[in-house]
Amino acid sequence: MKNTISERIFDFLKNFPPFHVLSEEQLYTISKNVKVVYLQKDKYIFKSNEKIHNHFYVVKDGAIGIFKEDNGVLVDECDEGDIFGLRALIRKGNYILSAKAIEESMLYSISSELLEGIINTNAQANKFLLSSFIANTQDSYSGENKTSVFGKLENLKKNESNFTEVQSAKYSKHPITCSPNVSIKEAAQTMSAKKVGSIVITNQNKPIGIVTDKDLRTKIATGQFSIEDNVQSIMSSPVITYPENITVAEAQIAMLQHRITHLCITKDGTHDSDLVGILSEHDIVVIHGNNPSVLIKEVKRAKSAIALQYIRSKAQQLLEGYIKQNIPIDFISKVISAITTAITQKSISLALEEMNAPPPVNFSWLAIGSQGRKEQLLLTDQDNALVFENIPSGDYNKTKAYFLELSQKITEKLNIVGYELCPAKMMASNPQWCLSLEEWKQQFNNWITKPDEDKIMLCTIFFDYDIVYGDEQLVDKMSQSIFQSINRYEIFLNFLGLNALKNPPPLSFFRQFLVEQSGEHKDQFDIKARALMPLVDAARLLILSHNIKSFNNTILRFEKLAHIEPQNKDLYLLCIDAFKTLLHFRTQYGLRNNDSGRFINLKSLSKADRLKLKRCFKPIKEIQELIRIRFNLSQML
Amino acid sequence: MFNWLQHKNYPGFWNTYLSHFKAKKKVELAMTRFVIFDTETTGLTIKEDRILSIGAISVTSNTMDVADSLELYIKQDKFNPKTAEIHGILKDGNIKKIDESEAIIQFLDYIKDSILIAHHAAFDVAILNESLKRMELPKLKNKVLDTGILFKKTNLCLNRDKLYALDELCDVFHLKKHDRHTASGDAYITAIVFMKIIASITEARKISIQDLFFNSNRRGLL
Repeated sequence: MKNTISERIFDFLKNFPPFHVLSEEQLYTISKNVKVVYLQKDKYIFKSNEKIHNHFYVVKDGAIGIFKEDNGVLVDECDEGDIFGLRALIRKGNYILSAKAIEESMLYSISSELLEGIINTNAQANKFLLSSFIANTQDSYSGENKTSVFGKLENLKKNESNFTEVQSAKYSKHPITCSPNVSIKEAAQTMSAKKVGSIVITNQNKPIGIVTDKDLRTKIATGQFSIEDNVQSIMSSPVITYPENITVAEAQIAMLQHRITHLCITKDGTHDSDLVGILSEHDIVVIHGNNPSVLIKEVKRAKSAIALQYIRSKAQQLLEGYIKQNIPIDFISKVISAITTAITQKSISLALEEMNAPPPVNFSWLAIGSQGRKEQLLLTDQDNALVFENIPSGDYNKTKAYFLELSQKITEKLNIVGYELCPAKMMASNPQWCLSLEEWKQQFNNWITKPDEDKIMLCTIFFDYDIVYGDEQLVDKMSQSIFQSINRYEIFLNFLGLNALKNPPPLSFFRQFLVEQSGEHKDQFDIKARALMPLVDAARLLILSHNIKSFNNTILRFEKLAHIEPQNKDLYLLCIDAFKTLLHFRTQYGLRNNDSGRFINLKSLSKADRLKLKRCFKPIKEIQELIRIRFNLSQML
Repeated sequence: MFNWLQHKNYPGFWNTYLSHFKAKKKVELAMTRFVIFDTETTGLTIKEDRILSIGAISVTSNTMDVADSLELYIKQDKFNPKTAEIHGILKDGNIKKIDESEAIIQFLDYIKDSILIAHHAAFDVAILNESLKRMELPKLKNKVLDTGILFKKTNLCLNRDKLYALDELCDVFHLKKHDRHTASGDAYITAIVFMKIIASITEARKISIQDLFFNSNRRGLL
């Protein structure tokens, strides 16, 4: 029997999650049983403590506000396609929050029995409902249903990793091994017989070392060791081990980090478990030709900035591929940062070759801002600084002139590669940011002890530095001095805290109120200032307040924080998730529009993406609340 | 009290329909089942034209229940190509069609004693009564409200002498004109218009069902 009205409802619902993943039949059943509710402005759908209805609601037209009844705080705003009233249904308790029409509204109400039908039969829809349930759970950290919620969350995570992670790397399942007491000659014979380039030395099937063709060349052929010596004398030990489910991206990073070409795969990923396979760089190359280790090798061989530019464009393609494959963003950022670092190092050595003389004293090249945090994925402006050793004042002008000239060459090369010159001149070629260690110390001390808005802004850029090239000791001394200054002048952290709260997250994408009101990016959402920076600022502030050095990456900072503040672990983990999602968004949109990805046109977002983005705002709100309380900022505001 | 109506020759479905009216219930506005309906016809001449389709949906307490809706298409001997251009129902389409009498039986079973709502209801009721007459049955017993007249009770109505078309009410209430000129589509839109009218009237004052039946010209006393 034809049913025009339910067809119309079907057409509406099918655009919104979780309905979009339902089968046509499932959705049609729902559409035929929807109740259409009309509400005038300011009418309540339900009030807190009210007994639950047998329905949950989808906003068809208008807008519904979700309030905390006791203090009238607006917790959430639902507009077209948003679902509410679900949490109480799953919880099977009274409503905790109130729902009121903040505009004249039409709702579709859907019965809980139909909902249960979906949950039981459609895993994807189930996942969505649960995650929206969790995101809507304001007090999930202290909620009375903690166990059940997090029990489900675990399942969810499991699903998610299946979904986003790249396939496991294919490794050789029959590694060639020998025992530690054989001679080098015997080991080499085995390798030749099996036609392999490496052999793992095992003790009771636990990997203890590895010998590769390279070892035979550098240690035997050179006469350093005799072929009759024990294989243990030349093996590399310990081996780097990973569990069986290692992903391609992880393997690449591990090899890059350790500068090795073989990984041992063991049962549980540790040295103490059985060897199950070996993964060589070659295996990875086979998987895809355009891979980071090849690119880094090319960087090392490059002889000009133009060559580097070409490599960077290949890295861009790599990035696009990663984003398409949904490879976890923290892996992607590690790979891209490694390439950026290598390119910068190469630019520095190319520039040094062009100089007439070697550097008069030791120096360090620092990446600052997002590159310093290793969070720069797209080609954005370059932000950098240079520190050189303290020198007698008589030599100062000459030395500074040398490093300014060097910096000029480096920044020009980076510009050719594609990292545009910073319009605000936050570059080592600017005399302000090319200073001796002592000058840097004084400058930081000045910023910390006499903070004003500009200085705090500079702190947020220059505190996130990462050494790219040069003398690490110089940088260590700089860090120490910063912490000494902060310890002496602790109120600085409160100023930094105020800055971290400058951009409160929006509650939702309700109407226009959170987009840029004017200018070039009118009606677009500034994902950097509104969502990413609040998390970056929060992580920096909190890690500084714990006196922890050398954690410059936002994800690593939150991980560290979760470790040292177990009571806030849940929140910090949510912040990590939010940060990853946001960074992924920014990269995805930047690639799509070939820009920095900073401004997102909300209209171009699918409903699912909007919800995904919206979920990121909750932890931002909570971490800002934590900062407000911890640093007593209510009084300062 | 309806005994005099229960002619011994009336079929069972009619007697069942009448039985719903027996119990004299005093019902709250919030509990009342309204049936909003629309008919598509071969033309506007009540005596000659025929019903092509009936669409109806119920509203109780400002909530439309899609599960409690009706959509009927009626077999035709008579076909008017001119009106087919408006309603899009072909003489021999793919949609399942039933006989006129079967449609009336289903419609009566569906509406029971509910208050009927239609836009320019007089026409729809008259053409239904004409069908009933062909089946040798009396007229509909239900109370009927016309959204075109109800609208005049609201403060949104600027000219109470004007005859408002459904399209004009759509504009007043900012409704999209989806599925216009299908019986179900018009019934759905009329239902929304009805809910908005009721909301608009009740916003000003508490009213009872009886108030809805007052003549629009007496708005001042309402």
